[in-house]
Amino acid sequence: MLQFSFGSMEVLDIDARAAKLGIDWSHVNLDSIQLPPGQDFGIESDDEAVYHDDQSEFDTGFGNIIVVDHLPVVPKEKFEKLEGVVKKIYNQIGVIKENGLWMPVDPDTKMTLGYCFIEFNSPQEAQNAKEKSHGYKLDKSHIFAVNMFDDFDRLMNVKEEWEPPQARPFVPGENLQKWLTDEKARDQLVIRSGPDTEVFWNDARQKNPEPVHKRPYWTESYVQWSPLGTYLVTLHKQGAAVWGGADTFTRLMRYQHSMVKLVDFSPGEKYLVTYHSQEPSNPRDASKVEIRVFDVRTGRMMRDFKGSADEFSIGGPGGVAGASWPVFRWAGGKDDKYFAKLSKNTISVYETETFSLIDKKSMKVDNVVDICWSPTDSILSLFVPEQGGGNQPAKVALVSIPSKVELRQKNLFSVSDCKMYWQSSGEYLAVKVDRYTKTKKSTYSGFELFRIKERDIPIEVLELDNKNDKIIAFAWEPKGHRFAVIHGDQPRPDVSFYSMKTAQNTGRVSKLGTLKAKQANALFWSPTGKYIILAGLKGFNGQLEFFNVDELETMATAEHFMATDIEWDPTGRYVATAVTSVHEMENGFTIWSFNGNLLYRILKDHFFQLAWRPRPPSFLTAEKEEEIAKNLKKYSKKYEAEDQDVSLLLSEQDREKRKALNEEWEKWVMQWKSLHEEEKLARQSLRDGEVSDVEEDEYEAKEVEFEDVIDVTEEIVQESM
Amino acid sequence: MPLRVCSFSFSRPSSPSSTVISIDSDTKMRPILMKGHERPLTFLRYNRDGDLLFSCAKDHTPTLWYADNGERLGTYRGHNGAVWCCDVSRDSSRLITGSADQTAKLWDVQSGQELFTFKFGSPTRSVDFAVGDHLAVITTDPFMERTSAIHVKRIAEDPQDQVADSVLVLQSPEGRKRINRAVWGPLNQTIVSGGEDAVIRIWDSETGKLLKESDGEVGHKKPITSLCKAADDSHFITGSLDKTAKLWDMRTLTLIKTYSTVVPVNAVTMSPLLNHVVLGGGQDASAVTTTDHRAGKFEAKFYDKILQEEIGGVKGHFGPINALAFNPDGRSFSSGGEDGYVRLHHLDSDYFNIKI
Repeated sequence: MLQFSFGSMEVLDIDARAAKLGIDWSHVNLDSIQLPPGQDFGIESDDEAVYHDDQSEFDTGFGNIIVVDHLPVVPKEKFEKLEGVVKKIYNQIGVIKENGLWMPVDPDTKMTLGYCFIEFNSPQEAQNAKEKSHGYKLDKSHIFAVNMFDDFDRLMNVKEEWEPPQARPFVPGENLQKWLTDEKARDQLVIRSGPDTEVFWNDARQKNPEPVHKRPYWTESYVQWSPLGTYLVTLHKQGAAVWGGADTFTRLMRYQHSMVKLVDFSPGEKYLVTYHSQEPSNPRDASKVEIRVFDVRTGRMMRDFKGSADEFSIGGPGGVAGASWPVFRWAGGKDDKYFAKLSKNTISVYETETFSLIDKKSMKVDNVVDICWSPTDSILSLFVPEQGGGNQPAKVALVSIPSKVELRQKNLFSVSDCKMYWQSSGEYLAVKVDRYTKTKKSTYSGFELFRIKERDIPIEVLELDNKNDKIIAFAWEPKGHRFAVIHGDQPRPDVSFYSMKTAQNTGRVSKLGTLKAKQANALFWSPTGKYIILAGLKGFNGQLEFFNVDELETMATAEHFMATDIEWDPTGRYVATAVTSVHEMENGFTIWSFNGNLLYRILKDHFFQLAWRPRPPSFLTAEKEEEIAKNLKKYSKKYEAEDQDVSLLLSEQDREKRKALNEEWEKWVMQWKSLHEEEKLARQSLRDGEVSDVEEDEYEAKEVEFEDVIDVTEEIVQESM
Repeated sequence: MPLRVCSFSFSRPSSPSSTVISIDSDTKMRPILMKGHERPLTFLRYNRDGDLLFSCAKDHTPTLWYADNGERLGTYRGHNGAVWCCDVSRDSSRLITGSADQTAKLWDVQSGQELFTFKFGSPTRSVDFAVGDHLAVITTDPFMERTSAIHVKRIAEDPQDQVADSVLVLQSPEGRKRINRAVWGPLNQTIVSGGEDAVIRIWDSETGKLLKESDGEVGHKKPITSLCKAADDSHFITGSLDKTAKLWDMRTLTLIKTYSTVVPVNAVTMSPLLNHVVLGGGQDASAVTTTDHRAGKFEAKFYDKILQEEIGGVKGHFGPINALAFNPDGRSFSSGGEDGYVRLHHLDSDYFNIKI
């Protein structure tokens, strides 16, 4: 048997070794070499995605044997009787193999030894028999002790004295936040196109994305960043995996959940929720849902929830295919303390210390249809629609968790629907209320604004100037006091801005301004506030208006034709607009500066997804941030100088590149010219001696008279007279 | 002949990397719209002097136009199927056309008289006269049991002496894949072909031996739709459905340049005057949506031949562009679209002053 260890040897070594052994290496067909089963000669499979099945059972041959101890010790005469009894017991549990029962006998005394071996047909049966008969009372003094034969080695090796486990030396983990220390303070984004998933630096100075990591078939459906950007989660047949690390993306942890469909992180990225649903074989049944909650860092499954889809949704027409995602909504804040599930007439709030219901019971709220957590506090807002044809009013309530105390509630009349919008710092809650008009034929909308942080949570009602306007979109300014509403009729609705407090009016909402007739159907605030993009996606062909809300002025208008998605980078410096593969054409993304300058554009066929890597919140205090904003000039000087250097370098590089291209082209042209010249005579002869080429082919203006008899008619002219 | 005039401007692409040139918006190039075909255009060809323009379409009549003012001179009647391709002799006396009616026909340009018919058992896709006009290369489509083939025919001085026999027949190794275009190489020594298998092949026109094949790594990834060679036969450009056009050395089959665009390329041409190439295309006619004409990108796109950068686009067609041709003087070009129109563009001074 030849033993080459291919894994560690260089090709040269192999050649040398082959020569030494007198083998003509080139004649060896590598494919024909068959390794003995189970041998890999240290060659590691490069398929690292293979999941090792920990439960794989090795057929060692003794897996289906059990050992029954504490049998009566009987003399030879009673041997057969005992054997009969034991057989009878175990035949009820499983099928004993032929000659599968062996009761050893002391060769000297001919007495049994008080135990026997029983071999079953399968390990499952043996396991079953062990479980069922362990502790079986044959009589008072004979209580069976049953063990698997395979367990004996293990049991024998148990040391008599307990030894403290060896503490493993501390291995420092990778710096998972290293991307935040990028020298140029760039942000990362992940895109998926075709089979590839790629992570880039958005290098706005170079007007180019700089690749970080690219991997084909990285995920089987989609990827997602964790809320603080530490991890990138990928989905696979076997489960989910998270990736991250200092320089490249390495796999940090795997979470087994076969056929996982959806994932969700808790806001502090401590827990990962995975979701899988199975279509029922009978279409009338609800689909089966399994949800698992994992600890992100240890990979341990904290709890799993199984059931039919009904238990994870409030029913209704949309609930047939599966539950609405995310099923579990996490309470705000980084503590990841509570998560809630909405199902029919119940709200189940779990806490993560024990992963069980708070107070061990759910909250019963009849007909509740929607719940929403405050993004910062453990306050839950819920909406209950009208009951009994309007006899019982609709209700919006705020409930504090874990006390389950209702902080505030408001009854609303003739309501058709409600939508709740929390402001990102949890200061305000806006509830968009659609009410029926008197005739009940149409609806109109208004807002109920809750000021959470003020005493007794005052509620204010806001109606639009024209209260019949339809509301198309609503968005709070992140960390701010303002919000924007698109209202009015398509295709040219109006956009209005309101503020919860202005210098003159701290306790009341006031309107800042209205922009008339905008081609917009979606609002995208910058994560730092102040700037907003009014976008006309899809039907509006990707109209973009970059708007400064402080000054109430338009900074730029642009168009990303057919754009389907818009996403701000986490710092609010850049915006990505993308056309995903809902269309065939134009797939790709464009990066803009916050004020609407087009920076660069990348086209990718079959473009599926774009996501900026989120950043954890800044450690700077609000005062420090303000100070920086005030003295921006001082801080920005350094960066402006850097910018200029880069742009100079770029134009220099560009010039050089062009020069090289031109020179290369000139070389080709010279070559062609000389060849053309060489072939001149040959060409001339091909053309029967005609001087061939355009250069020497002087035009000769010849005047050719051309007479053509078009028609000849004979006419007889009759002479009169 | 009614002439419809449409507004047209040479618009800059919104690419931020190149410097912006300003074009006086008052002087707009106005194309001449030539409506003589009832079906989509398939091919356009100028004669050597640049005063005549031949157009082929899926209707059965190739048409001859004045290249200057777009006036129609006449039609060539006789084909019984879509006409895919044509070529005109150097002295503008003979026209050869290839048609889906499984024939290629020789015509007298001036009188419109049909001189000879080459019959094949399958549609003819492309035709090309050799230097000296004594030879022509004709490609036929795969049809029933027949595989795609390249035929070399001798063209007699006097139509009376014309014979139908092929001098040489070349079979593509990928016979079930259509050859979309075959042209003569320098000094008629080679034939260059490209087609649905995305491979460009150079054949010896004497022996029929396959000399070179384009490298699969750098070559096209999807069917080659068009091929246009430089006036001096030194290089040629191919357009492909893989959304690129590529420039090759005609003798060595070295890839010199690649031009990437956003839509499948149906037609390519090169300016004989400036270092510009023009790409035309658009999504497949059957995939064209009814939403917005911009969605299809039915633009003739101008690229800098050397820097491979887009310099401008000419909009106008309502449907993909199927054919492009540059006037040999380099001062006008025409495009033929799925919409049945030929648009004749006389390039204005702004175009000639473009600097990047």
